[in-house]
Amino acid sequence: MNIHESAEVTREEFKKNTQHKRLKSLTNIGLVAPALSIYLTFSLWPLLNTFRLSLYQTTDSGDRKWVGINQYIELFGNPIWSDQFFNALTNNLQFFGIHVVVQNSIALFLAVLLALVSSRASTFYRGIFFIPTLISVVVVGFVWQLILSPIWGITPNLFDSLGLDHLFAPWLGLESSALITVGLISVWQNVGLPLLLFYSALIAIPQELIEASRLDGLSEWACFWRIKIPLILPTIGVVNILTFIGNFTLSFDLIYAIQGGLAGPSFSTDVMSTLLFRTFFGFQTQLGDHGMGATIATCTFLLILFVVGMYLLLIQRRLRIH
Amino acid sequence: MFLATNNLHKKILAISLLAYGLSDASIASDAEKQVAYDRPVVLTLESWRSEDAKIWNNEILPVFEALHPGIDVVFSPTKPTEYNAALNARLDGNTAGDLISCRPFDNSLELFHRGHLLDITQIDGMKHFSDVAKSAWSTDDGDATFCIPVASVLHGFFYNKNIFSKLDIDKPSTEAEFFDVLKKLDKASGLTPLAIGTKDQWEAATVGLNLVGPQYWEGENGRLGLINGSKAFTDPQFVEAFSVLERWRPYLSRGYQAQSYSDSQSLFLLERAAIYPGGSWEISGFQSEAEFPIGVFRAPVKSEGESCYISDHTDIGIAINSRTAHRNEAMLFAEWLTTQSFANLLTNKLPGFFALSDHPVTVDNPLAQEFLGLRTDCMSTIRLASQILSRGQPSLGNALWTLSAEVLNGTKSPLEAALDSQNIIEGKRK
Amino acid sequence: MFRLPKLSVHFFLAIYAVIALLPFGIIVLNSFKTRSGIFGDPLSLPDPTTLSIAGYQTLFASTDFLLYIGNSTLITSVSLLFIIGLGAGAAYGLLESKTTLSKWLWLLIIVGIMVPLRLGTVGLLELMKSLDLLNSLIGLICIYTAQGLPLAVFIYTEVFRRFPKELIASARMDGLGSAKTLFFIVMPLTRPTTATIAIFSLVPVWNDLWFPLIIAPDPNVRTVTLGVQQFIGQFTVDWQAVLAALSIAMAPAFAIYALISRNFIRNLSAGSIKG
Repeated sequence: MNIHESAEVTREEFKKNTQHKRLKSLTNIGLVAPALSIYLTFSLWPLLNTFRLSLYQTTDSGDRKWVGINQYIELFGNPIWSDQFFNALTNNLQFFGIHVVVQNSIALFLAVLLALVSSRASTFYRGIFFIPTLISVVVVGFVWQLILSPIWGITPNLFDSLGLDHLFAPWLGLESSALITVGLISVWQNVGLPLLLFYSALIAIPQELIEASRLDGLSEWACFWRIKIPLILPTIGVVNILTFIGNFTLSFDLIYAIQGGLAGPSFSTDVMSTLLFRTFFGFQTQLGDHGMGATIATCTFLLILFVVGMYLLLIQRRLRIH
Repeated sequence: MFLATNNLHKKILAISLLAYGLSDASIASDAEKQVAYDRPVVLTLESWRSEDAKIWNNEILPVFEALHPGIDVVFSPTKPTEYNAALNARLDGNTAGDLISCRPFDNSLELFHRGHLLDITQIDGMKHFSDVAKSAWSTDDGDATFCIPVASVLHGFFYNKNIFSKLDIDKPSTEAEFFDVLKKLDKASGLTPLAIGTKDQWEAATVGLNLVGPQYWEGENGRLGLINGSKAFTDPQFVEAFSVLERWRPYLSRGYQAQSYSDSQSLFLLERAAIYPGGSWEISGFQSEAEFPIGVFRAPVKSEGESCYISDHTDIGIAINSRTAHRNEAMLFAEWLTTQSFANLLTNKLPGFFALSDHPVTVDNPLAQEFLGLRTDCMSTIRLASQILSRGQPSLGNALWTLSAEVLNGTKSPLEAALDSQNIIEGKRK
Repeated sequence: MFRLPKLSVHFFLAIYAVIALLPFGIIVLNSFKTRSGIFGDPLSLPDPTTLSIAGYQTLFASTDFLLYIGNSTLITSVSLLFIIGLGAGAAYGLLESKTTLSKWLWLLIIVGIMVPLRLGTVGLLELMKSLDLLNSLIGLICIYTAQGLPLAVFIYTEVFRRFPKELIASARMDGLGSAKTLFFIVMPLTRPTTATIAIFSLVPVWNDLWFPLIIAPDPNVRTVTLGVQQFIGQFTVDWQAVLAALSIAMAPAFAIYALISRNFIRNLSAGSIKG
């Protein structure tokens, strides 16, 4: 082959490569476009619109009036609002604490146990553990209210038969215990998903690593803490982040179902999502306030953004290095 | 050949479509169109009264439908705690029904201001409603009315007649007698005197505070005084109302703080509680479920001989969605709501709900009759925070729920509760 | 090899299994009792005096309930299909693309995990109205797809990033385009991930009360969760029908889960498929 011919061949290859690249770009666009368009239309746009709404106040006649950041000033400056806001924020953080400590510990514990049994047994148990998550919030709310109810006697009788009658209390109705109780019910319902993630992470650990550590003389316990846990730390991190986000956004359904729109008693179970709902859409005699609701929504979003951003920057990076 | 047939088919299709399009675009009225196509107009009636759905759909609405063949009305309820929020969202998005059940006072007033409800002041039948009835669904100046007043409910104490006669107890008339009765009931083993809890909070305010309170703040005197500023919540009569409520505490079930509204109902129906503070809306449910005779007595007066007050709450109205596609039909329905026939139907099919029009109605249900008797004996008053006072942030109506529950829970003293209420009222005045 | 005797492992697992199932059992048990049986002694089995299927009768007398189950099943399955299909496509396409734009687009989508769609309800309402998607199953499907895409894209990108490059390279040499590579090579080998995403997305769609209530309350398109609420009236409650409705409401969701579990998670034998 002479130079010209080889050049011709190279040009052909170049053209094919470019065509290839173009086709690839088109394919990529084709792969991404549907998801992107649905996401932009049905998620991003309405949300941006809401954030925009936080800069407007709704007047009595239903019109929108530009007020700039007035509503933010109102939210943090006026005790009527700021008290509610910080109450909800504190409650939400406690709610999150309960989930991290109780839910994720139980999920991890169960995942470890599941990794020890046969695959069939594991599938069997996993199905069972996932059932509460599948049950609708309406059901969960009703069932637990019934079980914990002092009137219908399931829990009181149980405590009585164990001689613990004095320990029983109407937990859902007392300011001191309502939030924890609702938190535990939420944990009961939501253990399934963290469990799945931890389990997947645990069984993904290569057998060779475990056997190598065993050959090195590590006990089962040490192996767990020094090999397994560090390897699944990224998963633990992800679970915690997802729990955080869920607690600040999806917690509404359960709390609303069990404690009602006023998140009683005395707002002790009020969290960001319930506050948002009540503000945005109103409740009974309190009329909805779209502007202020949008403001609260935006603040919640910024909070989540901040926390998740911090996590990704600081912890995830360190985990990757580790 | 094939092409030709295709063309012909296309032509036929085109002509049919054109004909259809033209006919639909014709200026024929809805009714005529319906007749032409044999499709009834379907009006949707939004409501929060989920458990009344069957009665409305099977017994009340068919009467209207028989009068107006070609119009179907469907009763479409939403869970009550979600009704206000969901309705507002639906109205904003124009998915709401043609007819809308109106909550009294500000909730509906706001809807009217936002242009969601038709002004129906001019409907002929409106002359059958008193100003009080219309006040719940008119603008502050009274010039425009936007919902047809449909039903009111009365508050009272339901009691188990068997238990009372077994323990030889009479209906109490005064405050002292009332608490004597409670003490007597308390001594009976396994029996809870009062069936009320605080978990759902609204009962504490609605059939707690608003049941006994009017005797102390003298009904409309007190309520209007709060509105025009001549009275304060911290005045003794209002504090006393909270105090009387607080005195209920020892006579409630163990763990009442976690007792829900339906728990209370069941407690009473299973005869584990003797007295149920409630309202006339309970009548149908109680009568179908209870296996014992039920009576009702009014809230006790402070001392013998004083005039009594009864919470007579303008509860339900019905409005026309301003963006309905079937305005004429909706108007026909609205007019029907003002008739004697409807008044009779409502009051008797839904015992406990009393028609607000001035048509004379015969009430069949004995319990409903008892309630009406109370209304004759006592002076009617509207629930305390319903009109005007609940405007703005925070809403006094909602706050009273929390405060009344706190008083019943013992986590706030009556004075503190009164102070908080007054602060809210004054906060609005600034 | 196991320090913990197998028996004690099963013991703990069994205890938690009871904790997970007991409330469910109480509901189903009581759905077959009369009202006084329900409240008289909630923990007892129905006996001849308290046995009653009145709840189920009330439930099925209003045949709409079967319609609601059908609606919920349809909405959930189609939404899942879209979330997985479009999500995997977007994740793969963005990874392959490697441009700055794609990195920003990826970030844009991921941000969606943090923001509850509910915040934008009023905007959504106006949007649905203008697209004439109110009271439609398609409208709900679009919303749930948009809701589930961010997490799906996130998880898929993590998984695809770790996918063995050799397999992709060999696919390319065989002349497969990106799309075919994705759907015929990558997806089948990442079934566990797809199963996980499906399970993650299934729950919020099936149990959702909010959007059916506001966007699609029409009886024709009503979902189970919303339908169950019908029975919970303002002041009185038809307990028997509620319990029956709740019992029935749980069934299809579990069926969908079992379906997904069987097909995908069984492939998760120890370490064989590392996604």
